[in-house]
Amino acid sequence: MNIKERKKYFYKNLLKQYAQTRDEKVLGHAKKLTKFLIENCAQPEEIVRTHIKALEELYPEFYKEAEPLLNFLLETMVYYGLSIEKYKTLQKKQLEIDNEIALASNVQQSLLATTIPTTSYLDIGVISVPANQMNGDYYHFITGEDDTIGVALADVIGKGIPAALCMSMIRYAMDSFPENIISPPEILRRLNHVVERNVDSNMFISMFYARYSIVNQTLVYSSAGHEPGLYYRAETNTFHSIKTKGLLLGVLPSVEYPQYEQHLNKDDMIILLTDGVTECRKEHQFKKRKELLKVIKRSMHLSAQQIVEKVYCHFEQRFDQQDDFTLIVMRKK
Amino acid sequence: MNLSIDIQEREHHSIIFVQGEVDVYTAEQLKKSLIPLTEETENLVEVNLDGVRYMDSTGLGILIGAWKSAKKHHSHLKLVQLNNRLMRLFKVTGLDQMMDIHPIKQGGNQYENV
Repeated sequence: MNIKERKKYFYKNLLKQYAQTRDEKVLGHAKKLTKFLIENCAQPEEIVRTHIKALEELYPEFYKEAEPLLNFLLETMVYYGLSIEKYKTLQKKQLEIDNEIALASNVQQSLLATTIPTTSYLDIGVISVPANQMNGDYYHFITGEDDTIGVALADVIGKGIPAALCMSMIRYAMDSFPENIISPPEILRRLNHVVERNVDSNMFISMFYARYSIVNQTLVYSSAGHEPGLYYRAETNTFHSIKTKGLLLGVLPSVEYPQYEQHLNKDDMIILLTDGVTECRKEHQFKKRKELLKVIKRSMHLSAQQIVEKVYCHFEQRFDQQDDFTLIVMRKK
Repeated sequence: MNLSIDIQEREHHSIIFVQGEVDVYTAEQLKKSLIPLTEETENLVEVNLDGVRYMDSTGLGILIGAWKSAKKHHSHLKLVQLNNRLMRLFKVTGLDQMMDIHPIKQGGNQYENV
């Protein structure tokens, strides 16, 4: 007698005990037994069959009378069994899909990997957390030979896996540009062309592209419909929205982007973000931007990396994060 | 996460009333109702967004797709009754410069400082 058979025998004994005593403890044992049988893949009809067999052995007279009705119950249970089998197959498939997405997510992370520059001129902090497994936000740093540091921050209009795949294309388009193409308007103009031609007609990308010159201590930048960043002027202790004009990438085949400039003095900061930081279903975005400023003001004494982590912790505790979250802080040393 | 869509059809003029939340779950429903209207030739497709409480970037993607489709079929897409939040979204993305959009008529400052 294998263990499953022994448990069925145990079932018969429990049933007998319960019939004689109506003891609640016996019901408790019956629950444990059912749990064991389910864990060992017993189908509902198998349990009913065990019950019928036990009745037949224990109370043959009663069984004789009730047999057709018990068989009726057995037949109905067959369909429950089929449904459970279907559920188990789906569960297995879901697990396979989850594993594949996890694998794809790792591949994406290595495809999009970038090194945050460590320089004596800028203190840079970055945090990028996807809402789900794959990130539709993308940031990239380029250290130029001409004493410049380039930074790109992009967000796909759309969510999930298609959005994340789209980012790999952006990365490779950027890598394929000749090295002398460094001006933000020119990079956005070229990327717009790539996205418009190659991406699904309902998928668009917002991007902020900036280049900081160590020699001039100036940041030049352009934006393709990206969530406005913030400029902190240390001298006056004030924050200013970085206002730009420029259309999302991928809407029109040919778009020109204006270039803007900001000179940075010691302790000035540039704060770049994606709309996942400020987007909120219930409240106006304006309120979350205010909250962002509040936390940054409180964390001024910390390093750029500590600031972005502080902001993320604060937002994670208070708001339900529904979109990918990326925040970059660059402070002039 | 509910979205309700009501369409009024006149000759060469369709008005589509959108109510509720346009997000990753409901955007497909908007797409299915809206895109066929923009595929009719020389049709004025007016999208009334007065009842939209929330729209994320997926919804924005559908509206850009509809604008492109209307252009391709010599139709015109007009978005009306946009609240502050929606106006901000169109302004930040630069879409206010090319799409025919109209904020909610009543009320004071429709464009908040971004």
